[in-house]
Amino acid sequence: MNQVAMPNKLLDVQNLKQYFHPGQENEVRAVDNVSFHIYEGETFGLVGESGCGKSTTGRSIIRLYHPTDGEIYFNGEDISKLKGKKNMQQFRRDIQMIYQDPYASLNPRMKVQDIIAEGIDIHGLAESDADRNQQVNDLLELVGLDKSHATRYPHEFSGGQRQRIGIARALAVQPRFIICDEPISALDVSIQAQVVNLLQELQRKKNLTYLFIAHDLSMVKYISDRIGVMHFGKLVEVGTSEEVYRFGLHPYTESLLSAIPLPDPDYERNRRRVTYQAPKEDGKERSLKEIASGHYIYCSDDEVPFYQKKLEQKKRQ
Amino acid sequence: MKKILEVDDLHISFDTFAGKVQAIRGVSFDLYKGETLAIVGESGSGKSVTTRTIMRLLANNGHIDQGKILFKGEDLVHKTEREMQKIRGKEIAMIFQDPMTSLDPTMNIGNQVAESLRKHKKVSKKEALASALELLKLVGIPNAEQRLKNYPHQFSGGQRQRIVIAIALICYPEILIADEPTTALDVTIQAQIIELMKEIQQKIQTSIIFITHDLGVVANVADRVAVMYGGRIIEVGTSDEIFYHPQHPYTWGLLSSMPTLEMEENELYAIPGSPPDLLDPPKGDAFYPRNEYALKIDTLEAPPFFEVSPTHQAATWLLAPHAPKVTPPKEIVRRWRLYEQKTGLKQTALN
Ligand SMILES: Nc1ncnc2c1ncn2[C@@H]1O[C@H](COP(=O)(O)OP(=O)(O)OP(=O)(O)O)[C@@H](O)[C@H]1O
Ligand SMILES: Nc1ncnc2c1ncn2[C@@H]1O[C@H](COP(=O)(O)OP(=O)(O)OP(=O)(O)O)[C@@H](O)[C@H]1O
Ligand SMILES: [Mg+2]
Ligand SMILES: [Mg+2]
Repeated sequence: MNQVAMPNKLLDVQNLKQYFHPGQENEVRAVDNVSFHIYEGETFGLVGESGCGKSTTGRSIIRLYHPTDGEIYFNGEDISKLKGKKNMQQFRRDIQMIYQDPYASLNPRMKVQDIIAEGIDIHGLAESDADRNQQVNDLLELVGLDKSHATRYPHEFSGGQRQRIGIARALAVQPRFIICDEPISALDVSIQAQVVNLLQELQRKKNLTYLFIAHDLSMVKYISDRIGVMHFGKLVEVGTSEEVYRFGLHPYTESLLSAIPLPDPDYERNRRRVTYQAPKEDGKERSLKEIASGHYIYCSDDEVPFYQKKLEQKKRQ
Repeated sequence: MKKILEVDDLHISFDTFAGKVQAIRGVSFDLYKGETLAIVGESGSGKSVTTRTIMRLLANNGHIDQGKILFKGEDLVHKTEREMQKIRGKEIAMIFQDPMTSLDPTMNIGNQVAESLRKHKKVSKKEALASALELLKLVGIPNAEQRLKNYPHQFSGGQRQRIVIAIALICYPEILIADEPTTALDVTIQAQIIELMKEIQQKIQTSIIFITHDLGVVANVADRVAVMYGGRIIEVGTSDEIFYHPQHPYTWGLLSSMPTLEMEENELYAIPGSPPDLLDPPKGDAFYPRNEYALKIDTLEAPPFFEVSPTHQAATWLLAPHAPKVTPPKEIVRRWRLYEQKTGLKQTALN
């Protein structure tokens, strides 16, 4: 997909900082001055080290936290300034999140049908009980579960089945934007393929926009138009998924790419992993700089030529 | 090699509102000392239920209907809860699939890791905390010292998972059951954790049952692989046999569903259809409605295990003496050819 066809920035995150216990001894800078945007109809993949702030970014967008600093615009509106019950309700419906920990995010005392229909009820999306049931059954089918599952409780499901309940719940309110926090890592590869195909089909049909957080780089590459690589609360590289995969420049990106496991025992026996050591603090000011059209690296001004050369070299190989 | 665990014809069911779920329908496998056995398979196929049952941690509505679980010659099925408490966490430890549910939200993580050591070993609180700190550093919790006093919700998904791993390892168990231990981790930390598990395995000859959906990880860690579908093991073999010479159409489907970094197609291959209804499992092969290679007999009778090699068995009628020869999907043919090159064995089906 190219940017000309989708100029509307549905989500625009500017200089987002999300600190926990700011100013205290145990301060955690979970998200530290991060800026990116997502065009309507696009999938933006977010990858990076465990604990680098991906989920926190998602939770800030969905207003579970008050940002320490920075702005988040959804459809042109600053989400911290949304006023009135109606606007809030619309926002809550437009943005949905599929959570990383499916069990912790499902109310154990609710039947699956009520979990899925919660949003339908809140937003009054069902005309009658029969319609509500029909919608729930359709959603169950959509995510590859069975009607008979509707009356079960979350603990009666396998890990992957629970994850699909979370997906059905997110889809129930017909959102415009979905934050998918590791939506598929608990699923077997065939169901992963089904869910990814499903997400893509819904995207085509309903022009949905996704923020797709994941560790499985081959899947992220496959599903994303653009990718952001995060490390320690900062975005260190952003580019089209093709560019980041083939010509990832930041040393952390290189280390991630070198660690992707492949289903091939011989390859695995001989794998060479590049480890990443964060450089020592040198006092230089760094930010995301455009190295080539649409390809950004977190670096200082004087490192720009170095990365440009590195990119040229990689492209020549 | 020495067998340390022997699961024999295990049957497990659950009572639910809608009826009896026959989750495990005759599972048998062996685990040898010091090996890593990976269990892969469809979501809902019974991987967690099987392994939780080894720990005798079955949900209240679950029953062991039949079967034996022999650990060092003793049947765990008949152990009392008190007896199990001595084994659990000490001799057999488990890393659960949902890290949040296996951590106590009201206890800081330093104490949680230390507690699990003190439960089984007579050490002082201070010593236990010191061991806990060491292990938390080993599994890669940044600033572990400062964060001992933090509570589970203050950690990221992957960090919580590493805390759970630390708890499982602290007693150096004989068997470690790891249910999706690295799913929540990024690939670099995943690689570190796997290296750590291998190191500990080398050191103390732990046997590991490793459940994961990530076939790349399986290729890295497994000595042997068991593939589950619909409450049964449908194929088992060495890692090379499963990856380069798979025989069951379900295994073929799994290996064909992975995206490759080079792929250009705009849709992934997914096995068509949906998993079997375990409330009313099909009479024949549970996979036949989704199997494009199904034979008529698949609808009538579940296939037994056929031997491909002394280490490799698969439950598919395609291996029966008079079954028609079929050509597997493209990706599998590619893998079989690699196997030919590796072993020099000719594949008649490929000619
Ligand atoms: N409520 C909290 N209080 C204190 N620290 C927190 C809190 N929530 C998250 N953190 C810390 O913020 C950092 C980022 O966490 P986050 O959950 O965003 O990571 P992540 O990138 O999603 O990681 P993972 O891939 O492991 O899920 C981590 O160091 C985590 O320990
Ligand atoms: N307490 C329960 N009550 C009823 N059914 C259950 C219960 N626990 C598990 N099941 C069912 O048993 C089957 C096997 O579940 P199990 O958790 O072992 O799957 P799994 O192979 O681990 O899947 P996943 O890869 O998704 O974790 C599933 O169909 C599940 O719905
Ligand atoms: Mg996360
Ligand atoms: Mg499971």
